[in-house]
Amino acid sequence: MAAIDVIGLTAERAAALLRAGECSSEELAGAYLERIEAFDPALHGYLHVDPEHTLAAARAQDQSGNVGLAGVPIAYKDLLSTKGVPTTAGSKILEGFIPLEDADVVARGNAAGLVSLGKTNLDEFAMGSSTEHSAYGPTRNPWDQTRVPGGSSGGSAAVVAAGLAPWSLGTDTGGSIRQPAAFCGLVGLMPTYGTVSRFGVVAFACSLEQVGPMTLTVRDCALLQQVIAGGSERDATCVGLREPIVLPEPGRLDGVRFGVPWAELEDGVDPGIRERFDASLKLATELGAELVDVELPYARHGLAAYYVIAPAEASANLSRFDGVRYGLRVDGPDLRSMYEATRSAGFGPEVKRRIMIGTYALSAGYHDAYYVQAQRVRTLIRRDFDAAFLGVDAILLPTAPTTAFPMGARMDDPLAMYANDIFTLPVNLAGIPALSIPNGLVEGLPSGLQIIGAAHTENTLLRFGAAFEQAIGFDPVPPALRGGAA
Amino acid sequence: MSAERIELGPDEVRHVATLARIGLDDAEVERLVGELQTILGHVATISALPIADVPPTAHSLDVAGALREDVAKPGVTREQALANAPDPAVDGFRVPPIGS
Repeated sequence: MAAIDVIGLTAERAAALLRAGECSSEELAGAYLERIEAFDPALHGYLHVDPEHTLAAARAQDQSGNVGLAGVPIAYKDLLSTKGVPTTAGSKILEGFIPLEDADVVARGNAAGLVSLGKTNLDEFAMGSSTEHSAYGPTRNPWDQTRVPGGSSGGSAAVVAAGLAPWSLGTDTGGSIRQPAAFCGLVGLMPTYGTVSRFGVVAFACSLEQVGPMTLTVRDCALLQQVIAGGSERDATCVGLREPIVLPEPGRLDGVRFGVPWAELEDGVDPGIRERFDASLKLATELGAELVDVELPYARHGLAAYYVIAPAEASANLSRFDGVRYGLRVDGPDLRSMYEATRSAGFGPEVKRRIMIGTYALSAGYHDAYYVQAQRVRTLIRRDFDAAFLGVDAILLPTAPTTAFPMGARMDDPLAMYANDIFTLPVNLAGIPALSIPNGLVEGLPSGLQIIGAAHTENTLLRFGAAFEQAIGFDPVPPALRGGAA
Repeated sequence: MSAERIELGPDEVRHVATLARIGLDDAEVERLVGELQTILGHVATISALPIADVPPTAHSLDVAGALREDVAKPGVTREQALANAPDPAVDGFRVPPIGS
């Protein structure tokens, strides 16, 4: 049998190959593992790969018959707990940590017969927009290895774009699925809050984050969402889906009303991004859709509100890392000095920064001025979206105001790094779903189109996404990988 | 990007670090003074919004907690609970003395 060409191979196609007996799960996993061995040392998308474990899991799927998605490989962000397999959250403070249980999304993947290729790199505790804040070194963008893949799910994006996994799971707290998907030419879904279990996800900001798919196509995105979404008795905020996820077919957009918040696009958007965005608006009208002006007057305050709420929750969540029950310990003469030494050595600069912001914002005398005020702004952002969705089926925005930036470009300016999430984080504050799809190239780098919907409209977003995907005709394989090279 | 001026010095940063149980050296304190001034200065742009009558969000979507049946089930064993501990003692987690 000829070697399997996995570059650009969708999970849907991989499943079809397995079901037709054209390859085995072991051969498929082996093809990815060979590429990982050859190319991941430069890319650094994975933090943990265990070929024997992967091949054994693949053989088990071959023996049980490869129905449905069984036998298809996947990569998991290293924020997701994996039973018996190291889970670091990209932090030195969890180096060597072995979870006792699988995250619910991993358990669901296992139940569907998905075969884990490994754990992917991320900004430490998912705090970042470039994957440069990983304690284990940055991941590179397969489209241009001098640039970042985005973040925090940068490893999950890079390995799919580079043909080192057919699809992956990421998590999104302020844009951490959608922005790296946009930077790496992929599809990424931030699901409605509470449709996917967070059990076993190393917690950063519980009221904002969800697990979601990162894929080559919109249909793969729907397939993976079918696997991971659903209620869980281990996450009290998880109520599951209102209706099953449907595999979308591309079609026209006749009668669809898209809202465009023009005022939010006035400044801070790169001209090339704006050009691609305007081109897709034109495509939408050619497909029969109508464009409607919408106003989201409080969305521009989303960055400020987010950088109170997310660090406040993080400062509480990360208090569990105390050198007592798991992870790193740096000894000291008494308990408090042990805590301080452990947390000083175990957390990187961005994590310390956010814990400090959150602790400050929650401290006596500042709580009302910062935290409560931010939660009021959050209410107003939700109301903005609610009002907009009375008149439109979905809202369109660029996913990020720029393409992938050069490595190191924003490391000395935290606020500039945070500002890259200006179009994604209002969605997390409102708890609503958003799909990012590739929106063509800007000077050789991918850009993203974000389709934002009301709560529980994933099927609508996926249908719109499939229509745009076909009309845009984007090739998700980076040029250097086309034609079977490298 | 707009910003307010925030008065925040090394003593405040050290106080917050104590609350957060993070040891900082002098260079980190100095760097954080500048960074927190910048970030909190941007954050403070919402403090003047006249929205005191708006209810703060408690949960982004109006959903009731998804509660499971209140039935006892086996949990982790003592060995499992101690498996990741940096300093497990015979029956628990060993820590340094509380007072110094």
